[in-house]
Amino acid sequence: MTKIRKFMKSFGWPRIIIGLFLLSLFIIAPFVGVNLGTSLSDTLIRFGMNSVLVLAMVPMIHSGCGLNFGLPLGIIAGLLGGTLSIQFGFTGGLSFLMAIILATPFGLLFGWGYGSLLNRVKGGEMMIATYVGFSSVAFMCMMWLILPYNHPTMIWGYAGSGLRTTISTEGFYLHTLNNFLQIQIGEKLIIPTGMILFFALMAFLVWAFLHTKTGTAMTAVGSNPVFARASGINIDRTRTLSVMMSTWLGAIGILVYQQSFGFIQLYMGPFYMALPAVSAILIGGASVNKASITNVVIGTLFFQGILTMTPSVMNSIIHTDMSEVIRIVVSNGMILYALTRKSEVSR
Amino acid sequence: MSELRETKGEKFFNIIEKNAVSILFLIICAVGIAFSGYSLGYLGQEIITRVARNSFLIISLLIPIMAGMGLNFGMTLGAMAGQIGLIFISDWGIAGIPGMVLAMIISTPISALLGWLCGKILNMAKGREMVTSYIIGFFINGIYQLIVLYGMGPVIPIKDPALVLPRGYGIRNTVNLIGIRRALDDVLAIRVFGLSIPLMTFIVIALLCLFMVWFKKSKLGQDMRAVGQDMEVARAAGIRVEHTRIVSIVISTILAGYGMIIYLQNMGTLNTYNSHMQIGMFSIAALLVGGASVNRASIGNVFLGVTLFHLMFIVSPMAGKNLIGQAQLGEFFRVFVSYGVITLALVLYEIRKRRSRTRAGRLLAQDQLDAIKEEQ
Repeated sequence: MTKIRKFMKSFGWPRIIIGLFLLSLFIIAPFVGVNLGTSLSDTLIRFGMNSVLVLAMVPMIHSGCGLNFGLPLGIIAGLLGGTLSIQFGFTGGLSFLMAIILATPFGLLFGWGYGSLLNRVKGGEMMIATYVGFSSVAFMCMMWLILPYNHPTMIWGYAGSGLRTTISTEGFYLHTLNNFLQIQIGEKLIIPTGMILFFALMAFLVWAFLHTKTGTAMTAVGSNPVFARASGINIDRTRTLSVMMSTWLGAIGILVYQQSFGFIQLYMGPFYMALPAVSAILIGGASVNKASITNVVIGTLFFQGILTMTPSVMNSIIHTDMSEVIRIVVSNGMILYALTRKSEVSR
Repeated sequence: MSELRETKGEKFFNIIEKNAVSILFLIICAVGIAFSGYSLGYLGQEIITRVARNSFLIISLLIPIMAGMGLNFGMTLGAMAGQIGLIFISDWGIAGIPGMVLAMIISTPISALLGWLCGKILNMAKGREMVTSYIIGFFINGIYQLIVLYGMGPVIPIKDPALVLPRGYGIRNTVNLIGIRRALDDVLAIRVFGLSIPLMTFIVIALLCLFMVWFKKSKLGQDMRAVGQDMEVARAAGIRVEHTRIVSIVISTILAGYGMIIYLQNMGTLNTYNSHMQIGMFSIAALLVGGASVNRASIGNVFLGVTLFHLMFIVSPMAGKNLIGQAQLGEFFRVFVSYGVITLALVLYEIRKRRSRTRAGRLLAQDQLDAIKEEQ
């Protein structure tokens, strides 16, 4: 009994509620005529789409920079990589690889600047990160209009310049990962193996990095900066490195997202993308200064599971689509819960 | 021995830095006005309208700043309460000033409840009030949507079919506030030099300013400033810190609710699901443009800020069109500037907070040096 209680405590009651809610949705689903196979494969596909974006939270939380509300900055690096890859005329699977390669310098550069900024504002990172994300999105809105892109699939037809709001990735990197080693069980259940393998690779890289000497230093900086400084770790450099990693992962994450979603969303597209990723990792059991790969996996599965299941199940039960409201309440409620926990405040 | 003393250059630099955001904005506005080609009369009229429309909302932000809780991103809660009040009076068909007053009366308990909740949560998240209040805004927005989009109709009776979505429940995306459109503005509208001035609205705003001045000097206001300076010292002095912080948020939320009603009576239409989300961002940006910072804001900042910010807002699309040939660019530019200003102000505040500690220490060292010298 004590063991169960201990487990309950470490798992946290919000996660248990959300887990039970999701479980009940899956149990109800077949009775109200929702196909379980479709739901499961939808959940898996959404998991693959979003997991790398959620993974982008991990390095920054580890180094004590808080939740990465500045994720849109990384997303912008990814958008630049994706659009440049198309602009240079790469197609098919190669365009995805090139997009990653082209996004990397932007991700590292933005991350370096963003990290240096966050080093100057220790203690107020999260609010500033939010607004760095917002203002960079707004800045790029102007840039998308005036950057000299001229690939005909990407620019406005009548004006002859300026990128479109949404660009189809069809013919470029649409479903590159989704179709790789895809497994189909029965008629409805599809497992996007490639995408999950890609996430596993990224997660392994992050995991392995966190166990190197630099990675351990990063954890030390996050959990006890004074102790870290005493042991001769350069705090600012370690923090900047973590922000660069987070930003780069954000760039890769959005490319994975796009190859499955089918569209590159420019302009205000990346604006609110940080909040779902933040709440996903928190649902997975992370806190403001502690996160692991397990948190990412559990969190993304739970969060995306709820997003997939509520519309279909709710619609069948009460003929009303309340999923949007449920999403807002659950995800922001989760962030609030994490922000208000006593132990975390006195850092 | 005076290396430690502040030089004139440093003092000058400090003043520039303190007002960096306002100065930057003055330059942007000056360039914008020159390129937009708008006449001064047109600009003056627009500014008067917008000052009347927005000031009340922005003043509602001052009290939490006084209590050291930073910029109250939770003012959206008040805005939502105000909107709920407006939906009810539109449904009951009560027009004019009585309608507005009734909307305010309805909004008050809702605002107070939400503000109390917000204050409670913020007390649990000391040191990160701003980001928490920001997320509270989103969270309550979910509940607001639940009530307005699903609750209004089946649970809360709404009779007027013009308000309800065609599916039979939930409020339409835009509600026409025909009954109270410009109700307050037109009570005492005078014309000076061809500019129409909504005098009554300005009187209401002036009364609020007087209230703020009085409030700052009252017992509660003094308590709030003490809490804002140092929570521990305030607690030692017998001030109920948590209670004071909650009260400051409650007052701010209630005022934001009234401000939203004044704002919407001028606009004349209510974007049921968008109005409140934007208003928080614009109000905060305007206040910061006026030279306020996270821990220091005055009524002067409000009026300077609302003028400069909205000047930029009016001229940028036209200036963008004349300068580069794309009005869209100017529109993106003003969105960028609104967010950029908040970012810049937050960053400057954090940097200054760290620097002022070293500066204070240095000046103290110089004082002591001087004292030693005098003794000799």
